[in-house]
Amino acid sequence: MIRFDNVSKTYPKQNRPALRDVSLEIEKGEFVFLVGSSGSGKSTFLRLLLREERASHGAVHVLGKDLARLSNWKVPQMRRQLGTVFQDFRLLPNKTVGENVAFALEVIGKPRAAIRKTVPEVLDLVGLGGKDDRMPGELSGGEQQRVAIARAFVNRPMLLIADEPTGNLDPQTSVGIMKLLDRINRTGTTVVMATHDQQIVDQMRKRVIELEKGRLVRDQSRGVYGYQH
Amino acid sequence: MRAQFVLSEIGVGLRRNLTMTFAVIVSVALSLALFGGSLLMREQVSTMKGYWYDKVNVSIFLCNKNDKETSANCAKGAVTEAQKEEIRSELKRMNIVESVQFETSEEAYKHYKEQFGDSPLASSLTPDQMQESFRIKLKDPERFDVISTAFAARPGVQEVQDQKRLVGDLFNLLNGMNFAALGVMTLMLIVALMLIVNTVRVSAFSRRRETGIMRLVGASSFYIQMPFIMEAAIAGLLGAGFACVLLVSGQYFLVNNWLVDKIDVINFIGWDAVLAKLPLVLAIGLLMPALAAFFALRKYLKV
Repeated sequence: MIRFDNVSKTYPKQNRPALRDVSLEIEKGEFVFLVGSSGSGKSTFLRLLLREERASHGAVHVLGKDLARLSNWKVPQMRRQLGTVFQDFRLLPNKTVGENVAFALEVIGKPRAAIRKTVPEVLDLVGLGGKDDRMPGELSGGEQQRVAIARAFVNRPMLLIADEPTGNLDPQTSVGIMKLLDRINRTGTTVVMATHDQQIVDQMRKRVIELEKGRLVRDQSRGVYGYQH
Repeated sequence: MRAQFVLSEIGVGLRRNLTMTFAVIVSVALSLALFGGSLLMREQVSTMKGYWYDKVNVSIFLCNKNDKETSANCAKGAVTEAQKEEIRSELKRMNIVESVQFETSEEAYKHYKEQFGDSPLASSLTPDQMQESFRIKLKDPERFDVISTAFAARPGVQEVQDQKRLVGDLFNLLNGMNFAALGVMTLMLIVALMLIVNTVRVSAFSRRRETGIMRLVGASSFYIQMPFIMEAAIAGLLGAGFACVLLVSGQYFLVNNWLVDKIDVINFIGWDAVLAKLPLVLAIGLLMPALAAFFALRKYLKV
């Protein structure tokens, strides 16, 4: 599913690499926490997965493809097999919940009939059944994040990438979101989640990958958060 | 690709930058109107030059049998074959002459028809009324006086005419105006392109949320860029439409309803010439802003 071979990434005009010689493998269907303090390289790791950046050294394979060899015009095709969720939800404020989810399908040219059928289904799945016509601004943070997850999942991606999805939410709401991600994971979708939330990591007991100053310092199955910050 | 979705995105974009869109439309309209106008002016000048203007420097018009009464030089009647032969061989011997062509009255009639078309003056003429002439190209165009003194008083010669002296000043004026129009057009075009680039930049910035999400969910770059390019193309097309209106009303009010009545010796260009330019103006108005937007997007919209 994902393989990093001695991956380093140095941004232009910076001396210190954001990632240093990282090698790891993530199998299909895994649920992986990515932990580390700010500036440890978590975001760079995720950006490499999304091919928003290219590795300076080493090879990144996602869904069986070497991203260094993937030509620019094939990148959108690859991203359709990924879902992404962010701390700040990234919903369109002037579109309804249903339209926000439908947007992801419209811009990749799905037929209208398929969209009309899929959107309510996936909203049901994330627990927002019947809220199609609400505006994002009317919803709580947890509900907005559910909309974002619905949008990420509506294509049934092989891989879901979540960048601190609970970062803006209170602990109780976070638990709900984690249950949802766990359920998505059980459908066979691989989940990679960067987080600072110690409680969640300790509760879930999933594989934990820890980065520190760009280096991979821990890779532990059924791990815990493991350090104080 | 869903047409309705794209169209609604374009509408939103155009309205969001209404003032900028308006500025693009006006500047495209003005530059293209000047462009079309200068094309038409050039065509007008070439119609007025007729067949020989750019090919020769001096024309020697020979007496026609009809010129006996009207021209003092031709009191002795039409030019004879012997006189023609003498003039021809003498011209050939002069070393300031580069080439000599003889225009028969048939050819003169043909060229006249080409220039003046079906005007009332032209349709009353017959080939045998046309003068025969020698059309001479000089090695040095300034040496007109040599030809003039040698042949002006020759029997059988009606008139020696310096081609440039007759209408040269007018053509110089028209050419000057043409260059001025092209210069202003170039400036307006640069302004229009800069406006388009700026509009696209503002537009891309104000929609960075949408485009960011589109990128994440795997919309193709074509799909992401399309609304911006179409926006510029539509504004450009509107501008080109206004330019066409300007050209057509210029022909209608300025030429057909005014100049044609005032000046009847000139054969003015007609609707066919104007209409022939409109597709070109529209095509440039559509493609140029679209291309400008495309290149601007490479810089301002990461895909």
